[in-house]
Amino acid sequence: MVKDQEYLRNKASYCLDLAKKLGATSASVSVGHSISESVSFRNKVLDESNRSDNLGVSITTYIDKKKSSISSSNLLDKNIKTLIEKCIETTKITPEDEFNGLPDKNLLANKIKDLDLYDESHIENDKKIEYLKELEIATSDNDKIVNTESGFTENKSNFILASSDGFCEGYKTSSFTASCVAVAKDDKSMERDYDYTSKCFLSDIKSSSHLAKETREKTIKKLSPKKIGSEKINIIFDKRIASSLLSAFAGAISGSAIARGTSFLKDKLGEQVFSQNINIIDQPDILKGLGSRPFDSEGVKTETLKLVEKGQLKSYLVDTYNGKKLNLKSNGRCGGTSNLFFENGELSFDELLKSNSKMIYVTETIGHGTNLVTGDYSVGAAGFLIENGEFKYPINEFTIAGNFKEMFNNLTLANDLEFQYSTNSPTAMVEGMVVAGK
Amino acid sequence: MSNFFEKTDLTRKDAENIISETLNKCDDGELYLEDSKSESILLDDNKIKSSSYSSDLGFGLRAISGEIVAYSHSNEISKDSLNQSSKNLQSTLKSSKGTYNHEIPKTNKNFYNDINPIEEKDLNSKLEVLNKVNDYLRSKDSNVKQVTSSFSGEQKSIEIIRLGGQSITDVRPLVRFNVSVMLEKNGRKETGVYGIGGRQSYDSYLDNENWKNVCDEAYRIASVNLESKPAPAGEMKVVLGPGWPAILIHEAIGHGLEGDFNRKKTSAFHDLMGQRVASEGVTIVDDGTIDKRRGSLTIDDEGTPTERTVLIENGILKNFMQDRLNARLMKTKSTGNGRRESYKHVVLPRMRNTMMLSGKNTQDEMISSVDKGIFAVSFGGGQVDITSGKFVFNCTEAYEIIDGKIGSPIKGATLIGDGPSILKEVSMVGNDMMLDPGIGTCGKAGQGVPVGVAQPSILIDKMTVGGTKL
Repeated sequence: MVKDQEYLRNKASYCLDLAKKLGATSASVSVGHSISESVSFRNKVLDESNRSDNLGVSITTYIDKKKSSISSSNLLDKNIKTLIEKCIETTKITPEDEFNGLPDKNLLANKIKDLDLYDESHIENDKKIEYLKELEIATSDNDKIVNTESGFTENKSNFILASSDGFCEGYKTSSFTASCVAVAKDDKSMERDYDYTSKCFLSDIKSSSHLAKETREKTIKKLSPKKIGSEKINIIFDKRIASSLLSAFAGAISGSAIARGTSFLKDKLGEQVFSQNINIIDQPDILKGLGSRPFDSEGVKTETLKLVEKGQLKSYLVDTYNGKKLNLKSNGRCGGTSNLFFENGELSFDELLKSNSKMIYVTETIGHGTNLVTGDYSVGAAGFLIENGEFKYPINEFTIAGNFKEMFNNLTLANDLEFQYSTNSPTAMVEGMVVAGK
Repeated sequence: MSNFFEKTDLTRKDAENIISETLNKCDDGELYLEDSKSESILLDDNKIKSSSYSSDLGFGLRAISGEIVAYSHSNEISKDSLNQSSKNLQSTLKSSKGTYNHEIPKTNKNFYNDINPIEEKDLNSKLEVLNKVNDYLRSKDSNVKQVTSSFSGEQKSIEIIRLGGQSITDVRPLVRFNVSVMLEKNGRKETGVYGIGGRQSYDSYLDNENWKNVCDEAYRIASVNLESKPAPAGEMKVVLGPGWPAILIHEAIGHGLEGDFNRKKTSAFHDLMGQRVASEGVTIVDDGTIDKRRGSLTIDDEGTPTERTVLIENGILKNFMQDRLNARLMKTKSTGNGRRESYKHVVLPRMRNTMMLSGKNTQDEMISSVDKGIFAVSFGGGQVDITSGKFVFNCTEAYEIIDGKIGSPIKGATLIGDGPSILKEVSMVGNDMMLDPGIGTCGKAGQGVPVGVAQPSILIDKMTVGGTKL
């Protein structure tokens, strides 16, 4: 069983009391415990079981404007004492930083809303095995599938966040995740694809047959890919890839990137950074939402933010430290976004496919070719050639490149948004990107 | 060396008994204990942004039967906790009927010293170096708009206890120093990053000479990028510089030669043993035995001494990299490549220092032979799809080559290629093999481990460059 709130609170207050006693003028502490149990399968037989039990504490101590932090997985009082002593010693010799400090008390979360993030259900390993067996049998239901791997993980966590300003809150969360990877083969090629389902509640995950069908079809569809030539062309990003455009955007508007001046979106507040009909929302209070949280990692209450409205940048992601630097109040985004999404566009998926006679539909990208300082983007990709609204054949070993500043302005969204992950996008089209192929 | 039984109700004898009860009908397995200490100090935006210290202690109990691995880990080293893990393992491996393989080679070599880099140099002296770095770079050029520099150091102490009580230990130091500098000129911003590191103390390593070199190199890369033009798009010849660009070898070839992907037949190389996979003159080894290198290990995380494993010899595929599990199932021996990020992770076959050895050509010969192509000097990250064999990596410093001469620097472009065929496109191998500066971390299945790479300059006849200029 995951440790209860009382145990975590006791540890947290022990740490805070000790930090103050040893000379900290203020301090914050987070104590967390998680247990996760997973089973994995390969080619329809059990491959691995894994139980993971993680207890951890992290403490930040301040002496006026000086700061240092420690973390440990050893929660014996004696060890914590040694570490806090070390932390205080380090704090003393670390130079002052005028922006250091705990969050503004008025911004702290007070009434903590229950966001329905914890499911009591426990799924025994035997039941996980049953699910995976069905999953892999169904995935393999085609001669072209030569290999399957799958896994099922149940995770239960509990944490407490406390500070010397009196904040002391925490809550339990759970997640259930099933995933499947298949390898398909024909005489010309070998290809791999995957699908997964992850939810707070066991009853909400996709059925094994649904997951199997998605994985199988995606994988087989990729067989016998062709290479394409280099040209300037419209790119359609499949939903699972389109969300990476949002992640890049979130990285570029993070308080630290803005305050440090290392973002292509610095000084763009209030300006048009996307095409006119784009809206981006970060909503932390979606019930059972994978990214939901009533307060951020500093205890600051979180509220829904319209980050982009009609293409205009309305807000950065601000934490306490960078907020002080930027002369902005924290908006509860220490630790990043919560449930981030593009609002639906006007076109249906089919209309988007038909919007041009020849386009490239990208289902996966590889590499780390995102430069948030300049906005330059260049990644390896695989997907399909689309002609007159139809999927013609799979393609791979090409790159797509552009600059986010232009890409954001040339973006059109379909109306097929679904909440599958914590960051979600409808199918997205970016006009005029450069494809490099053979 | 950590004494894991010092502050707990669990005695060594108890642990041995629980191991025996858990593993007696299994083919392999062990109790892995780990005590790690790490620090990181970061200067950013003219200030010491953070100083943090972390200590982590825990165990992982592993049992293997046939192809099945059961693993349980906890950061509470106690009798209760170990018993609970044991029960969890036994419930997975109910019907196990294996015979434990006691065989494990021994070594008395050491590729690094038993030191704790964190304690060897006091905090003040580290802060001082970081501040000097900041001042040095900012006074060098008024275009320097941002400087980030960091130290990180760790000491990881491990003990492996096998069935019957055999104990194997190792103490591993690791340090890293990094500098990132952003220049701004005429509204344009570009970054240059450079770092060094290895399994040693900071002490002699971070003398004046060394940290200044790191700063100069980061500054040089940023300056080059300020002048860069859009990269070309399409298929062309590519000359790779020596050293760090060997992440091409790591991504394109290395991962595909790891035992697990080949046992599971998901690697494009699984049926190519003994066959030609590279041009003549291409020899690639994975070496865990180089003194104080980031990817070196005295023993791997299963207790097997590391070695220099020849993967490809003169173009012919000779060996895969193996841990004990995959070696047993493929009827061969572990090559000492069994690694894990920490006690929280299962062992997987992983690379150490992966190196392409020197050939005969000079870099000048390569460049003068290219009519139209690019010269890639340094890279950011790379990634591979093991199954399709496609890999990418991103240039952080590269130049155009026109009519046999190096031209303008070009903007960060992604290169994409096909792992199994790329080495057949190597038409010249340089005589200038160089090790990388000690900065690599390889990610696989959610686990990051420190690795090294090395290569001479090489000429690749055909690769796709993902620029924006058609």
